[in-house]
Amino acid sequence: MDFQTLVFFFLAAILIFAALRVITARNPVHAALHLILAFFTCGGIWSLLQAEFLAIAIILVYVGAVMVLFLFVVMMLDINMDRIRQGFWNYLPLGALLGLLLVLEMGMVLGSKYFQVAAADAVVPAGISNTKAIGELMFTDYVYPFELASIVLLVGMIAAIVLTYRGPKKTKYTNPNQQVFIKAKDRIRVLQMPVEKD
Amino acid sequence: MDAVMNFGEGIFGGIWPGVWALIKIVLIVAPLLLGVAYLTYFERKVIGFMQVRIGPNRVGPWGLIQPIADGLKLLMKEVIVPTGANKGIFIIAPMLALAPALAAWAVVPFTDTLVLANIDASLLYIMAITSMGVYGVILSGWASNSKYAFLGAMRSAAQMVSYEISMGFSLICVLMVSNSLNLVDIVNVQNQGRFAAMHLNFLSWNWLPLLPMFLVYLISGVAETNRAPFDVAEGESEIVAGFFVEYSGMAFAVFFLAEYANMILVSALTSLLFLGGWLSPVGFLPDGILWLFAKMAVILFLFLWFRATFPRYRYDQLMRLGWKVFVPVCLVWLVVVGCWMMSPLNIWK
Repeated sequence: MDFQTLVFFFLAAILIFAALRVITARNPVHAALHLILAFFTCGGIWSLLQAEFLAIAIILVYVGAVMVLFLFVVMMLDINMDRIRQGFWNYLPLGALLGLLLVLEMGMVLGSKYFQVAAADAVVPAGISNTKAIGELMFTDYVYPFELASIVLLVGMIAAIVLTYRGPKKTKYTNPNQQVFIKAKDRIRVLQMPVEKD
Repeated sequence: MDAVMNFGEGIFGGIWPGVWALIKIVLIVAPLLLGVAYLTYFERKVIGFMQVRIGPNRVGPWGLIQPIADGLKLLMKEVIVPTGANKGIFIIAPMLALAPALAAWAVVPFTDTLVLANIDASLLYIMAITSMGVYGVILSGWASNSKYAFLGAMRSAAQMVSYEISMGFSLICVLMVSNSLNLVDIVNVQNQGRFAAMHLNFLSWNWLPLLPMFLVYLISGVAETNRAPFDVAEGESEIVAGFFVEYSGMAFAVFFLAEYANMILVSALTSLLFLGGWLSPVGFLPDGILWLFAKMAVILFLFLWFRATFPRYRYDQLMRLGWKVFVPVCLVWLVVVGCWMMSPLNIWK
């Protein structure tokens, strides 16, 4: 077994453990932290496949930004485990069906390679960096899907703002823009007064 | 050099490359931690002089052993875990704050050959690794089981995520003009152009054509490291000490180390990306690692100068600066640089 395979199994073991803990951990913050660990390990496995751009992108986007905000929300939730467990048996059939579908899909993808660790056969020729190769593909062959994806993201952003916007504020609030542009002479006036003599 | 390699291979045999990598890591981390210790001394002295005080002057000549004494004192103290704290995460959080600050140094070049790992996407790597520093802050705030710590964590999470955006945009401008994600290439590209031909190399560095981005990066760097005037996460007068209020002894010291290691990292990156790294400012002087250290020292001095000069931003003003000033400036300058590069006036060919 060469070193690379050893690293793969090491990362894969961590990934599976972390993924299992995401669904089994009782504390939601612990679950979110294990999800972060899973993303990070996933980045490690991708960089084993010489996809260094994807590996860094998942860490930059998911670990560095998405999960920070996610953790932010999870920490402020007041979760009552009993109330969550109430609907367990009602949702079980639907959940089991979806889980089965996912397992089937993954089996089809993995089974095509006879359950082997796929070797990195589509390696970019040496001298061209992975990032450059992805960039070239994204802005030439796949420019329309790429633009479409960015429009979907933009729509999502606007939708999030529209859904959470509750109309203009009725209360008085300070405008920091005015505050930072204030000058001392707008606020106080220094007067020259003759000294009073009797 | 060959003698050392042969000697090492004689002793360690097959595992020598691994041992050699470890030695190189120690050679980077040990001076870095020493730099952190003396940065705290330097900070106290500089701010002392700015406020017409003397600063530390009791331990050793001119107080030079003060940081060592402080370190020893913190090492001796007990690490107290508060009641109701989530113990595992409470202990891990300081490590999560320090580890990214050290790991980022793996790809930082000191000269065009002196770099631990010269990888293609080193700039991306640094962005990814430094974006993880925020976890130490958030988790310490949550695990402490304290209102003040939690408030500090919330503030800093929002702040660091906001300023990462403007930081990222300014980096995009840099990598557009240098046409590479490799830090060595980014520095080398700055050594060419009309001014470099006139031996005025410092005018061909990125800071001049990308001046707005340079300022945005520098200020975002201050915000990203939670330094004054952006230190709302600590905010002594508002939330005691923010996210690390419950930490004592070495656990507290590790947060301290992380903050200063991050400052040194940001100053190194600013020098590499905008101030030509190890390149000499004028043609007749040789390039060298000393130039990099000099530029880092100047930027670190700026950090301390900011702290002594500016009052702390209020939270909403800070958010306004990040989202309503920096992000639009970055977006506009991104388009300007793009048009500039496509026009016949392009200076980066």
